[in-house]
Amino acid sequence: MRKFLSMLLALGVALALIKMIESIPAYGKVDLSKRVSEKYISKSVNAFKEEVVYKKSRDLEEGSANVVTSIVVNYRGFDTLGEVTVLFISAFGVGLVFSGLKRKGYGRKPNFILRTAVGVVFPLIILFGVYIFVHGHLTPGGGFPGGTILSIGILLLYLSSEEYELSERSKVLEGTSGSLFVIIGLLGIALSGAFLTNFLSTGTIGNLLSAGIVPIIYIVIGFKVGAELSTIVADLHKEG
Amino acid sequence: MVYYISIALIGVGIYGLISQKNLFKHLVSLSIIDTGVNIFLISIGYVEGKEAPIYSMFTLTANFVDPLPQALVLTAIVIGIGILALGAVLVVRVKEKYGTLNVEEMKDVRR
Repeated sequence: MRKFLSMLLALGVALALIKMIESIPAYGKVDLSKRVSEKYISKSVNAFKEEVVYKKSRDLEEGSANVVTSIVVNYRGFDTLGEVTVLFISAFGVGLVFSGLKRKGYGRKPNFILRTAVGVVFPLIILFGVYIFVHGHLTPGGGFPGGTILSIGILLLYLSSEEYELSERSKVLEGTSGSLFVIIGLLGIALSGAFLTNFLSTGTIGNLLSAGIVPIIYIVIGFKVGAELSTIVADLHKEG
Repeated sequence: MVYYISIALIGVGIYGLISQKNLFKHLVSLSIIDTGVNIFLISIGYVEGKEAPIYSMFTLTANFVDPLPQALVLTAIVIGIGILALGAVLVVRVKEKYGTLNVEEMKDVRR
């Protein structure tokens, strides 16, 4: 009976949603010139509209080649600060539930191949994570995926050794990078009059050193997310 | 078509959330709803024949799908991970305290 009722409710919600999507444009048939995203793509929210050309356009309103990054870090940077805060609170909650407990072992010695390979693979994983978030304004990726890759490296260390425990310094790194994000935002107030304003030169679109504060903020976010997710990985290895 | 896939995922998630009694399955259902909503948001921004919204040596000028839903989904994914981690930890604690994850059996256990 319970299964039948819940099936009925799920079907009702699905039917209501199907009725609702009739009013939005069909899949793949969107007219972008009618949407606000057009302004983000042509980088003309405040400036005049001119065609953006890769490696040619200089001193644009917002200089990152990856348009998603430009929205996440620059146009909606304040929203991202809130998002990082949510992740911090969730990591804090996980730590609170498991506070003061010892690390749990897997009950058997890790495989010889795993123990040997981790010395080779771990630096490469860290390097790849750092590459992802340093190039966040040029390629797909950025601070959030890069930080996740860093925490995967920590997870590998946990799997390969029974004794390994994450150092308390990861919490220092997390706090420092979190405050750096806010400090960069406050510098925007001091230099340009608004929180998280891009106060550096945006340079030529597509260069590694371009887009002003966007790569700096994404590097800070990368370290912060990496430290937070590593703390969650470490806390999930505890037992009472 | 993609719209219907995401709606089907949302329906499956809601069904699991109501019909199941196991807390872990509730967590899985929430995760499925999350995925469905994310797929729906991304598919709203798809434009036929256009490229990923990144200026590169292959797309010198703008010929892009809608980047705004992708940016919003990036936020949603991160918050989904936070909720999943916190929920999983609480489920572990409930299992330690009551010895079961079934909400109906939990009522009979002495606190």
